[in-house]
Amino acid sequence: MTALDGQDELEAQFAQWRHYVERRPELQQSDAEELEDHLRGSVDELLAAGLRADEAFLVAVKRMGSLDDLSREFAREHSERLWKQLVLTEVDSPVADGRSRRDLLAMIICVAGAAVSIKVPALFGLDFEQDGVFYALNAGVLALPWLAAFLAWRRQATTALMAVLAALFGVGAVAANIYPLGEESQSLVLTTIHLPIALWLVVGLAYVADDVRAPRRRMDFIRFTGEWFVYYVLIALGGGVLTAFTVGTFEAIGISPENFIAQWLVPCGAAGAVVVAGWLVEAKQSVVENIAPVLTRLFTPLFTAALLAFLVALVVTTAGIDVEREALILFDLLLVVVLGLLLYSISARDPLAPPSLFDKLQLALVVSALVIDVLVLVAITGRISEYGTTPNKAAALGENIILLANLAWSAWLLLSLVRRRTPFAKLEHWQTNYLPVYAAWAWIVVLVFPPLFDYL
Amino acid sequence: MRVTKDLVAASATPMVLGILVEGDSYGYAILRRINELSGGELDWTEGLLYPLLHRLERLGHVESSWQSVTGERRRKYYRITDSGLAELAEQRRQWDTVVDALKEIWLGSGDSRPLTLIPLGGRA
Repeated sequence: MTALDGQDELEAQFAQWRHYVERRPELQQSDAEELEDHLRGSVDELLAAGLRADEAFLVAVKRMGSLDDLSREFAREHSERLWKQLVLTEVDSPVADGRSRRDLLAMIICVAGAAVSIKVPALFGLDFEQDGVFYALNAGVLALPWLAAFLAWRRQATTALMAVLAALFGVGAVAANIYPLGEESQSLVLTTIHLPIALWLVVGLAYVADDVRAPRRRMDFIRFTGEWFVYYVLIALGGGVLTAFTVGTFEAIGISPENFIAQWLVPCGAAGAVVVAGWLVEAKQSVVENIAPVLTRLFTPLFTAALLAFLVALVVTTAGIDVEREALILFDLLLVVVLGLLLYSISARDPLAPPSLFDKLQLALVVSALVIDVLVLVAITGRISEYGTTPNKAAALGENIILLANLAWSAWLLLSLVRRRTPFAKLEHWQTNYLPVYAAWAWIVVLVFPPLFDYL
Repeated sequence: MRVTKDLVAASATPMVLGILVEGDSYGYAILRRINELSGGELDWTEGLLYPLLHRLERLGHVESSWQSVTGERRRKYYRITDSGLAELAEQRRQWDTVVDALKEIWLGSGDSRPLTLIPLGGRA
């Protein structure tokens, strides 16, 4: 009876020890197993020598020495383990192996689908170079469904959700093509900008397919967006190098590959990379430290300094803000950047950590952006009431108000956080709950604005 | 008396390869064997042994395979390879040279001074 209890207790201690070992990046599963076998050998010997189970375990662990020392020795032999590798297909465990292999296959299918979709309009006589307007409007409609399909497949989305996703992409396709928008019309530019945003949030719906209402999943989607963007830019840079070499080498032997590059490599590559970037983020989630929060850490102080300097200069020179046509868009973008800095530091923050200097810095950043934006808004509303409104102005103003509302409440929550009045989770929930607002606004601009402004 | 860390480290490779020549073995048994051979004077740790085994495996001097022992447990057995045998021969040649030279100095002909005259503990 007691011997059996001792055995159970021993197993529990081994389990705990294994847990500690497996948390060490230097020690892999096979090392843990090898060391456990060693520990068990040691314990068995001590038990044979007459020690009680718990004593034997203690002595054996003590003999092995501290895990820190052990890890350090392992790290000297296996230094590559600290540079976490992106393992595309796990070799060691058969379960993960099947999973990542199926992922790889699904990714390849979706990439092929995206690449083919981009070329389908060519069957109807549309040319990637000459019909730029069509492709600008439809880029999102052609490529993003494949990313959404990959994510929905990976999350095993329900049929109902699949139908919703398909319907939304269908609405997007209709909105992109049904309105008679002239090449010079403002609505054309607005749809080109807003439709991809609206469709990206549909991708987000696919991303959170396994738990649509959970704030944590939405925050994951925000992280996904940042990482996806970083990967996409990196892939684009690599694609640029590939293109340059293809052109250079083929021209050296008298063949001009420009047509192939403009008609096939660039469009298909750009569409395929949308899915590849998504797959990479999914595959490496825990492998590499996320880069977007790192960039945020670097640039939050710099942006804060720049905004504060701008405010000081504005006060000192007493020059009003010159509200040019582009000014409102510029300040919209500024708010987007500030919101991005806020979002990505929220995404990487430990929810339970006490308020730090960085939170105060962030408060300063948000407040200074708010002050600047209010000054701009005051200047611009005068302009709009004077000259009447256009689609551009209405869209820019609407966005400004949406971002202003978000940042104002964020500033309030940040202030409460710094004063330790509210928990960090409130700020997180506020941001994740706000995501549908962006989606709604983007759809309004895409669907309602063109008829509202007579396709101007 | 304990053998210094440097000396343990320097002799580690021929020691492990030599033990594996006796037959395939696994980490815990290798450590036990070293203890046995040195009468407990060689201070080997797991942090020395396992990374060393992994390095020898990477260099191709040993091969490893998982074999199941009692119940659920699996054990990683190591076996010396041909390249390991060659390495052992080379190391042995070097060690013989070192040991012979040391013996020559300490016990060699023409030196009749007894060992005890060599000051061992400084000026004490």
